[in-house]
Amino acid sequence: MEPIDSSLVDWSRAQFALTAMYHWLFVPLTLGLGVVMAIMETLYVRTGREFWKRTARFWMKLFGINFAMGVATGIILEFEFGTNWSNYSWFVGDIFGAPLAIEGILAFFMESTFIAVMYFGWNKVSKRAHLASTWLTIIGATLSAWWILVANAWMQHPVGMEFNPDTVRNEMVDFAAVAFSPVAVVKFCHTVTSSWVLGAVFVVGVSCWYLLRGQHREFALSSIRVAAWFGLAASLLTAHTGHLSGRDIALYQPMKLAAAEGLYAGGTEQGLVLGGILRPGADWTAGTDDERFLLKVELPYALSYLATHDLHGYVPGIRNLLEGGYKLPDGSVALSAEEMMKRGRVAIDALAVYRSTENPEEKAAALTTLRQNFPWFGYGYLKSPRELVPPVPLTFYSFRIMVMLGGYFIVLFAGLLLLGQRVTRWKPVQLAVVLTIPLAWLASQAGWVVAEVGRQPWSIQGLLPNVAAISRLDTGSVQTTFFIFLVLFTLLLVAELSIMGKAIATGPEPEST
Amino acid sequence: MQSGGSSGYNGTMLLSRIVRFYADGFRRMTLGRTLWCIILIKLFIMFAVLKVFFFPAYLQGDEQEKQQQVSAELTERIAP
Repeated sequence: MEPIDSSLVDWSRAQFALTAMYHWLFVPLTLGLGVVMAIMETLYVRTGREFWKRTARFWMKLFGINFAMGVATGIILEFEFGTNWSNYSWFVGDIFGAPLAIEGILAFFMESTFIAVMYFGWNKVSKRAHLASTWLTIIGATLSAWWILVANAWMQHPVGMEFNPDTVRNEMVDFAAVAFSPVAVVKFCHTVTSSWVLGAVFVVGVSCWYLLRGQHREFALSSIRVAAWFGLAASLLTAHTGHLSGRDIALYQPMKLAAAEGLYAGGTEQGLVLGGILRPGADWTAGTDDERFLLKVELPYALSYLATHDLHGYVPGIRNLLEGGYKLPDGSVALSAEEMMKRGRVAIDALAVYRSTENPEEKAAALTTLRQNFPWFGYGYLKSPRELVPPVPLTFYSFRIMVMLGGYFIVLFAGLLLLGQRVTRWKPVQLAVVLTIPLAWLASQAGWVVAEVGRQPWSIQGLLPNVAAISRLDTGSVQTTFFIFLVLFTLLLVAELSIMGKAIATGPEPEST
Repeated sequence: MQSGGSSGYNGTMLLSRIVRFYADGFRRMTLGRTLWCIILIKLFIMFAVLKVFFFPAYLQGDEQEKQQQVSAELTERIAP
């Protein structure tokens, strides 16, 4: 069998990344803007003021445009699973199928039922029934996200399954372990709260655009007040869940943490890099412990605390993770990459023997060997320990972009709340808030870059690297679909921005006389 | 019998109200028409073009054959 061409791996990844990033343009705005508009409708029901109804209806219109443009963009990812990632799709078995099926049912029934009442039900159902539909629409969307993130979290930290060599599939043995794994819970909370931040930034940004143009003053100020409070709370929650996420990464994906921190040689009492410039061309996969930064500002002890909840805790760097030999939190000694690759090859060989032999004793022995070495199964596909190191500069800078923008959003929301109505006199602030809108997407996408690029080369952490997960396709056909998507997505994005722009330019409904 | 008939009548009324609710909603749409057009075009491109011509299922055959294909790929891609 011909070895897999590395350019096929790269193009398959690029294609998946393109479609996932495009899909993620719409999802966080749905999750974030949905809550803002539901809060505004709640204010309408509580106060009875028509003003809040018009406000809620305006944001609901923008929510609808975004929702319609985002519909089905995730389906392409499922096409890619079946065509480009067939080994992966088979190998994950029902672990991936169950959450995605639940997500499909929830998305279809809950969202499609209540979204219809939300849009068609004004003046046809009671105020409270309408409000309940609005909240249930956004709760449905959020629950959909839960199941997608459960599937993603399983890839980062596979639990609750057993590998069946007869079917060559992982089978779910503990649904609760999969659905409520600590990684899934934290990932869900971090992703959803950060989406709320994005929704809030969008609302304050559009509102400031009206203030800049001297339009819809009361509408804009009220929207800013609601969104800034919501955004501030969401930003603080995002920071907290981000901290919890960092702890998970330290436990389950230490290589990702080392790459995000640019930590080549680890140790105790490690500082957190607040900002820095990496030395261009530095080799992060081997070599001595020479300085790999041109410049860096560190918060002493903070990385040790983040990773271990101990200021003096040990944090392994890339070199330590490749060489092994350090003490793990459970007291055992970390294996070297070479040793894990050796055990992986033993596991794969055992699978081959198990599936080819008819002799019961050989089969039983092969099964025992496979089970003993299965935790390192994926390492057997790697040719060199260097392959275990993700792209450090991309992970490092994306992490800094995400965190710095997260800090900026806290300042922004707090500042807007402090300014209150005075924001109408501060044109530069209004302009800055408008220009912040794309930064919310940048932060959100950067977060996913850290999560996904930082876990390379794995499709499933430790069990299946990309090189084993992809289908044996012609690289040219993957390139073709990549460019088709690029053109298609660009056209759809232009269409969305144009429709969204027109709706914003039209503004909220005029006050009825 | 009478109550069964009444509940059947109520069920039909409810169904008819739901249908009217949706029909009214769709009829009164303004921007929604454009959005639905885009959604339908998008779904057509995805399912009738992309899925058919560019994304066939890679694994072929029955479950047994698919197992064999994946098994062969996973065991033969082992690093030398």
